[in-house]
Amino acid sequence: MSVGSAAASNGHAQNDPSPGDVPATGTARVKRGMADMLKGGVIMDVVTPEQAKIAEDAGAVAVMALERVPADIRAQGGVARMSDPDMIEGIISAVSIPVMAKCRIGHFVEAQVLEALGVDYVDESEVLTPADEAHHVDKWAFTVPFVCGATSLGEALRRISEGAAMIRSKGEAGTGNVVEATRHMRQILTEIRALAGLRGDELYSAAKELRAPAELVAEVARAGKLPVVLFTAGGIATPADAAMMMQLGAEGVFVGSGIFKSGDPARRAEAIVKATTFHDDPDVLAKISRGLGEAMVGINLDTLAPADRYAGRGW
Amino acid sequence: MGPVPVIGVLAIQGDVVEHVRALGEAGARAVRVRRPDELDAIDGLVIPGGESTTIWKLARAFDLSEPLRKRLAGGLPAFGSCAGMIMLADRLRDGIGGQETFGGIDMTVRRNAFGRQVDSFESDIELTDVAGPPGQPFRAIFIRAPWVEEAGPAVEILGTESATGRIVAVRQGPLLATAFHPELTGDARVHRHFVDIVRERT
Repeated sequence: MSVGSAAASNGHAQNDPSPGDVPATGTARVKRGMADMLKGGVIMDVVTPEQAKIAEDAGAVAVMALERVPADIRAQGGVARMSDPDMIEGIISAVSIPVMAKCRIGHFVEAQVLEALGVDYVDESEVLTPADEAHHVDKWAFTVPFVCGATSLGEALRRISEGAAMIRSKGEAGTGNVVEATRHMRQILTEIRALAGLRGDELYSAAKELRAPAELVAEVARAGKLPVVLFTAGGIATPADAAMMMQLGAEGVFVGSGIFKSGDPARRAEAIVKATTFHDDPDVLAKISRGLGEAMVGINLDTLAPADRYAGRGW
Repeated sequence: MGPVPVIGVLAIQGDVVEHVRALGEAGARAVRVRRPDELDAIDGLVIPGGESTTIWKLARAFDLSEPLRKRLAGGLPAFGSCAGMIMLADRLRDGIGGQETFGGIDMTVRRNAFGRQVDSFESDIELTDVAGPPGQPFRAIFIRAPWVEEAGPAVEILGTESATGRIVAVRQGPLLATAFHPELTGDARVHRHFVDIVRERT
């Protein structure tokens, strides 16, 4: 379970439950529990209230409000920042499902603004241009929970030690190409399985190699999973992509450009929602994969210059 | 104690795993339910926390809602937490257009009544029957939680949230619902209470 051991997984006292019947907000259980409620669901990037409504009607468990989907950030270039608060508020008032929004890596003031706007989850995202090349946001300092990207177990645990309450694979956002998400999911899950085979006294050296806190490494070795929910993201464009990630071990799916850069967003959105729930049923997948119109065009990653790769941002 | 009851967990979306674990601790055998025919083999059903709009949408799309309503009307014991409480309510406020529930409990539930995620909280509450003798409060985790706005005469009120006085735990016959998430606390008292209800009925 990702939440029961929350207090044990870090030494942070802030926001920890106060005894008695005084309501305590922003506890690790409340933050991680929110991600538990999203499991088996699809979180969709939206840039307008109308798109947010389409996502909600299609069965999305949450939307990610942003000004430009990753595919457009790639196409247009320039510094990508937190979205305009008016735009985020417009989406918050358009839907009743949770609304997430992105801040730049290390940009704790953008995160403060997003918290003040009442967003339900902050994505400290490599899709935006990093604001700090050494430090991520200290996420324990916030009441709003954070999701962060990771390409490996060590990276995931470093984010968790900073207070991330949910992890997603980075993939390569805005490409419509699932290959990097596959790589990151396999990497993280293979490394978790490898820990389970180690003796207790071998975990210290594993922690050193992973560059992650030893107590978190021991917790993962014991539980056989991360202490927070693990979603996949980055390049998911079809129902089959979503289902493959779920079969690999993702607990849910972020879809960025894949829906609203496709020919028939409403149908594709609904099909990806269904594929995530029935990810292990090929008959259902065959049925819902029909008649979806054009998928987003997509980019082959060997044509992408190193500077255009987002997954390398963050550390 | 009779044979081990088989309790389904509606596995469309949400924190299914946590309920499966809690039911195991409470002495039941938990199975996941996604298809209409899987409803036939269960003695009770848990509807997990999650997003009620998604659960409703998929239950309807995969022809689960009508068979489920029939089983509930036929006396199938059920327990719903958070989104699950919404799904067991006869009447819903602040749902999205076209959103329905399975129903069963004569109550009106307001969705997201306690506010957004920054307002989500945990606190101790007293639970009648469920949690044993008074003085042993239950640590309740509320996540964008609903509350019960009106409850009919047949609905037994098991708990209220202390800061607002709102009803957050109810029972009507074999149906049990909480606005909070007992499956997230590692405290299986609510699940044990539900397993007892299922045992009485089978």
